[in-house]
Order: sequence, then C-alpha cells, then structure tokens
Amino acid sequence: MTKTLRTREVLGVGESVGRPDATPKVKGEFAYSSDLWAPFMLWGATVRCPHPHARIRRIDVSTALALRGVHAVLTHEDVPGHKLFGLEVADQPVLAWDVVRFQGEAVAIVAADHPETARRAAGLVNVDYEALEPLTDPEVAISPDAPLLHPRGNVTRHVKIRRGDATASADVVVSGVYELGMQDQAPLGPESGLAVPAEDGGVDLYIATQWLHRDRDQIAMSLGLAPDKVRLTLAGVGGAFGAREDVSMQIHACLLALRTRRPVKIVYSREESFFGHVHRHPGRLTYEHGATRDGRLVYVRARILLDGGAYTSSSPAVAANAACFAVGPYRCPNASIDSIIAYTNNPPCGAMRGFGAVQTCFAYESQMDRLADVLGISPIELRLRNAMHGGDAVLPTGQRVRGPVPVAELLKRLQALPDPADQVTSPADLRALPGGVSNTTHGEGLRRGVGYAVGFKNVGFSEGFDDYSTARVRLELADGRPVVNVHTAAAEVGQGLVTVCAQVARTELGVEEVVVHPSDTSVGSAGSSSASRQTYCTGGAVQAACQAVRQEILRRAGSGDWEQASSELIALLAGEAVEATREFRHRPTQPLDPETGQGHAHVQHAFAAHRAVVDVDVELGMVRVVEIATVQDVGRAINPQAVEGQLEGGTAQGLGLALMEEVQVEGGVVRNPSFTDYLIPTILDMPPVRAEILELGDPEAPYGLKGAGEPPTISSTPAIVAAIRAATGRPLTRVPIRPQDIAQ
Amino acid sequence: MRLACRVNGHERQVDVLWEGESLLYVLRDRMGLLGSKNACEQGECGSCSVLLDGTLVCACLVLAMQVDGRDLVTIEGLAQHAALHPVQEAFVEAGAVQCGFCTPGLIMAAYDLLQTNPDPIEPEIREALAGNLCRCTGYTKILDAVRLAGARMGRP
Repeated sequence: MTKTLRTREVLGVGESVGRPDATPKVKGEFAYSSDLWAPFMLWGATVRCPHPHARIRRIDVSTALALRGVHAVLTHEDVPGHKLFGLEVADQPVLAWDVVRFQGEAVAIVAADHPETARRAAGLVNVDYEALEPLTDPEVAISPDAPLLHPRGNVTRHVKIRRGDATASADVVVSGVYELGMQDQAPLGPESGLAVPAEDGGVDLYIATQWLHRDRDQIAMSLGLAPDKVRLTLAGVGGAFGAREDVSMQIHACLLALRTRRPVKIVYSREESFFGHVHRHPGRLTYEHGATRDGRLVYVRARILLDGGAYTSSSPAVAANAACFAVGPYRCPNASIDSIIAYTNNPPCGAMRGFGAVQTCFAYESQMDRLADVLGISPIELRLRNAMHGGDAVLPTGQRVRGPVPVAELLKRLQALPDPADQVTSPADLRALPGGVSNTTHGEGLRRGVGYAVGFKNVGFSEGFDDYSTARVRLELADGRPVVNVHTAAAEVGQGLVTVCAQVARTELGVEEVVVHPSDTSVGSAGSSSASRQTYCTGGAVQAACQAVRQEILRRAGSGDWEQASSELIALLAGEAVEATREFRHRPTQPLDPETGQGHAHVQHAFAAHRAVVDVDVELGMVRVVEIATVQDVGRAINPQAVEGQLEGGTAQGLGLALMEEVQVEGGVVRNPSFTDYLIPTILDMPPVRAEILELGDPEAPYGLKGAGEPPTISSTPAIVAAIRAATGRPLTRVPIRPQDIAQ
Repeated sequence: MRLACRVNGHERQVDVLWEGESLLYVLRDRMGLLGSKNACEQGECGSCSVLLDGTLVCACLVLAMQVDGRDLVTIEGLAQHAALHPVQEAFVEAGAVQCGFCTPGLIMAAYDLLQTNPDPIEPEIREALAGNLCRCTGYTKILDAVRLAGARMGRP
C-alpha cells in the first residue's frame, strides 16, 4: 500500500466545483438533442391543426406521400398501441382524430430526407376540418350548461381546503381579484431528438427530457411495445423549466423510425415549440383576507381559477399546490380555499418552475400589501406579525411544516441588506433610465419604488406519490487508481446535477476521480427533474449507494475504521470492483381529504424572499428594475456557485412574468409564438441580483439540503409588482404589467 | 450549388442542395459545425452568432450562398488546440454556463466586444450582449465572465 489518497472533502459537498460539461459547452462541442445525426437519417415534421376547436372530417395524405423525398406520412390510424398519452391521465391523442381541442394539436407526421421537404410535405397533408366554436373562458367552461370538452366534465380538478371556522368575521377586511397571463418556459433548446429503430423490433431514442422513464412508459404504451423494447438515453438538454416534463415529439419520432426502419430526427422550430409544449397556467384569483386591527390574520378565503387548456398534463398537482400554499407562509386559523382547474380550448398548461405556488404568491402577497396599507403599518411589519415560525407552522391543510421555517429571518435579513433606494439615478446616463437608449425620458416622470415579497413551496412530489430515485455506484481501479462510476437516469437540464452527483460521491468515498455516466433507462428511474427534487432525491440515492459501497469496503478491510480502510483502498479493490445500486425515497406523504383538504401532503418546504427596487417613468409606463435582493434558505449549499445561478436565473423568470412574458391567446389562437413577440428578459432588463444564501439545515434531508430551484421564481414577481405599486400608486392586479396599466 | 468560403482559417467547399438553406443550416448540417445553436432561427436570440468578415451576425439570418468567398469565425474557431480562449475560460470559471445553449453565441458576442473595447464598463457590456438571450442564468454570471475575460485579455 503505497499511494496516498487526497483528503476527503476535495471537490466534495459544499464546494463551488466547476461543471464537467462547461468546457465542451463553451467550445460548442456539447451534443444537444438537436445536434444528433445518424447515417441514412430522415427528418420528421408535424402537421398541426390551425383551429382551436374543430372536427376532422377527412385526412388525405396522398399528395404529401407522393412528394419526392418523402418516406412516410402517418396519422392516428398508424398508432399501433394506445392512441392517447399524458403525464398523469392519458387523454391527449398522439395524433388527433375526430375532434381537435387546441390550436397546434398534432394531426399527422411526416418523414423526409431533407427538413425542408418534410415541412413542405406537412403542408401538403390535406385535412378537412369543420371549425367548432372554441370554449376559451374557464369560468364559462365550468358553468353547468357548458358543452363538454371531455367525457368526465370540464373541471380538471377542484381542490377544497376547509380549516377552522368558515363563518369567521374580522375587524378589517380586504379583498381583491388578481390575474396572471400565460407564461412560457422558453428553454432555448427546442424540443428535439433522434429515434433509431433497433434489430429487436424496439427503438432507441436520444432525447432532451426531464424524466426518461415516464417518457419511456408513455412511448411504449403508444407503440404497443414492452417497456424494455424502448430504450431512452438523455441527449444534451437546452433548458427545461417544466416544458419537458410532458411528451412532445418523442412518440412521433419513434413511430416514424419504426415505420421507415431508418433513424428519424425531429427538431421543432421556435414557433412550433410554442405549440408543442405546455405553458404555465394563467389564472384569476379572488381573495378575501380578514384581520384584527393590530394586523393578525383571522381568515383567508380564496377562489383560484386556473385555465388548464385542452388536456390534463400535470394540472391535478398544480391545483393542489395552488390550494396548499394559497395563504402564504403565514399563520391563519381559518381558511376556505377552492382551487379549480378547467379544461378549455386554450393551449394545454402544465409544469413550469414554481408550479401553482407562483400564481397564489402573486395574489396573497398583493393582499398582504393591501392589508398593510389599510392598517397603516409597513408591509414588512405586517408580514413579521403573521410569519410562520418553526414550532407553530401549520398549513391550511393541517400539516405541520417540519424543519426550519425562517420567514421572519428572511425578511429581516432582506431589510438589512444595503438599500440602493437612496441612490438617485443620474439622468445624465440614458442607459440607467427606463426605456434606456430608446431615449424615452431624461428623468421626467421618474418615480422610484421598493417592494417586498416572501413565498414558499413544496420540494418533491406530494400527495402520496411514490417519489424515488435510483443510483448505481461502482468503485473500481482504472490504471491502478480508484475511480467512482455513478450511473443514474436523472436528467441534467442545465441545473448542475451532474456536478452534484460527483460531489456527493467524492464526499462519501474520499475518491477524487468520479465519472458520471450518461443518463439512460438501463438503470432504475430517477424520477423527474422537477419540483426542486433532484439534488434531494438523486443526491440522496447517490449518497445511499456510496454508503453501501463503503460498507463493502469496510467488510473487505475487516475493520470499522474508514480512514484505515481507505488507506488500503487500492489493495482492497485489486481483486474485484465494488458495486451497489440503491433507491432513495423521501418520507412518505399522504393524499388530501377530498372534502376538507386536510392531510400531510408534502415532504419539505422551501422559503425565499425578494426585495425589488424599480424606477418607473409614470408618463410612458416604462419600468426599469434597478436592483433585486433575495434571501433564501437552501438548507445546505451543495455547490454554492450553482445555487447562486439558480437564485439569479429563477429571479429573472419571475421578472419576466412581472413585466413582459405572456403567451397572448385570443379566441384560443396564440398571437405571439416567437421570440419577436413573446419577450423574455434580456441582459438590459435584468438588474444585478444581491443574493444571500442561508444554510439552516433540514435534519431530515441529505446533507440538510433544501430544494433550491423554484423558490426564486415565486416571490420575485410580487416583489417587483409591489415596487411598481409603491412608485405609481396604481393597483396593478394583473401580470405581466403593461405600460398602459401604469400610464393610464 | 457549390459554396466556397473560409471557416476558422480553413478553406471549405460544400454543396448546397436548396437555395433557401441558411448559413446556420449549412454550418450545422453540411459542415458538421454544430456549435452555432438553433434556438429561434428568427434572429432574436443570438445563439447562432458568428463573425462574417469580422462582423457579428446571426447565422440563421444569412443565406448560405451569401458567404461565398467570405471569411467566417465560429465558436469552434476560438480555442487554440487544447487551450480555451480567455473568454471561454472566463465563462467556465464564473459559472456563466448552465444549460449552455446560449453560451456559444454569448461567447462570440463577448469576444467581438472585447476585440474592439478591451475594458468595457458595465453598460457597454449590457448593450453589446443585448441581442443574446439566456434563460438559465439571469445574466449576472455572464457579466462576471465578460469582466473577468476583459481583465485577463488586457494583461500584457
């Protein structure tokens, strides 16, 4: 035994370890799903319905099929297995027949030898539609006499929470109606992948997704194949944010590959992407808050109506989240919440970062500001008086929030951060003014405002879902040196999970060299890269598998002393590598009672708060966000630099919802499916982010960590809106805020 | 049609099968240079930014045949063998890369800025990168990266 291993914590948990994929990404060498190529590859294209609601009378593919270079044109008749798919409920046609329920729904697919040929052939598929009246108002959709879009009715889910006294009255009452437009995740990488037919009659799919196994199961169902005949490998993912939790082109590419017996690649254009994935639910939230004269909440009554669009997607879980977090991180003895999601002929809505908690946070934080105003106390003081504390933190569902509940601490720390509000912007530099070099103001009509908000949400899947992740860890010698191989099916979507897995392995096994293998379905499911859960669940699985490897090393060493055993590691591994596969499950959760909404539905709760400082040109309604400060408890920062990236990037998406991002839908028709007209924040829109990260430690979670990805997107929106209200005195009950809402 | 141009210092000739093919398509699918990215193909996101005769352009908005006889620098042309260009190195170190889909375009835009303005102030960096969308980072670490690269490149 001669070689000495390096100390355990090198590049381990808690360090800002650089991403292994950063170098190929900066060189342009990283292979995203749209970069794949195979010999004899064909290109797929999708025929989409231009109407939001229509009956299909006839589909004629003959002209398209006759085009030179076209190899296949498929319709619903060519789907050999289950003709419906869906994340929670299989209710969306793989290819529509009979009725089309939203604009852009897929009707036919084409494979050709050039992408332009495929697009032209798609245009030659002749579909005879009878346009039907679209049902686009969710309020109308759930009324008793509305025409049914689905056999079981137009209510996707109605979650009721009843806690305390439903008739409670209070000295001070404020009420409001709040609306949110439809936000798009807008990951920069378009939906894309490559399906390769296999000799065993199955198919291999290289795909950008958030959840390989759930995709696999849906694909296999529709192909009529056993799941082991459908093998998925994660290709490079250009962002996700919820947009890749549902299937988009996966089944289509596999159908075309199996039919043509050639590899088929599908890459959506940006316009098609807007029709090819679900969006964040727009909503209308009606709130009433009752409080004592000294500002203690007595009751909250809320009716949350969200538009789920044409198909179910993840709406049932979004409805539950909206209900459970509808009161905010505040103590309130009485609550009556109705959270309803409706089917309409609008684009389907589903997962996006923040998942139900974003919509309610905008409403309850707006209400808290309104209450503070009526009571004549500061918004921070009102929040501090009502903040949940560890010990007495109970959700309206009756669930006690375990672990640190730092609501008051977040607000106090936020307030203590240096305040740029006193620095007066110099009108000398246009670039620092609302409108920038558009030269819209030289300081005339300029008002500054400051706003605060705090929010929270669940980490991991809830309501009794069997939420687990699987990791296979192998410790072996390579060229005489110990190397850890980590294999999971978890989707690296940009968040940095690939780094986290390596850090965990280094910390647990004290071995510096770690290889994180490509994610695929040859290992057990890792669950979804969503709900801020992967560092918790897959990090936990890698930790558990490493600990099992460690036990085997100790057994071989015949010693209980890890220091001793690890100093002999090379000898202990000389005969045989050590491998272990482990599943990690967080604490089980329970369903919500269907009548009262009571139940321990969630495992972990993560909290964040934001302060926004804005300059507003009240004459033209232009806004410049001067600075955003945020404080968030991440339990333990496994990789501080990556955590900062989540806080900064998540805050930017919240800014987008506050100020510019909306999929504009009129009569079921999307008016702005492009980055020309759907605006996401640029580097000119995004101010510096002053972030303070707390590590308060959750004793029940691996390393004490809390999921960190979503909280930044929750409270950033209401903080910015509050700041604009402070600057303008306008009520501003709808996001995104438009210039005409300010300069009325 | 035969297209001849100079790409990253090398003479390249490829056949363009359809006159509508964009420079981005030809780079990616005919030359195998996949580093320029296809995020919007509408000239809005900057992910396909390349230098055409020294001018920063969106490759998706240039017809391939327009570059006949001209000089291109793409993201693949910045690193010198194993050594990253200082802009690339700074993006890695500053944590400016998450999903990375915007990264090649942002690096090209930052490289272009630092060629002409080695010591930009923050508003100048923001203006120069305003044509490049990033959905992951919130741009904070991208600004850090450009400042870091500028400082390093300015050193003798």
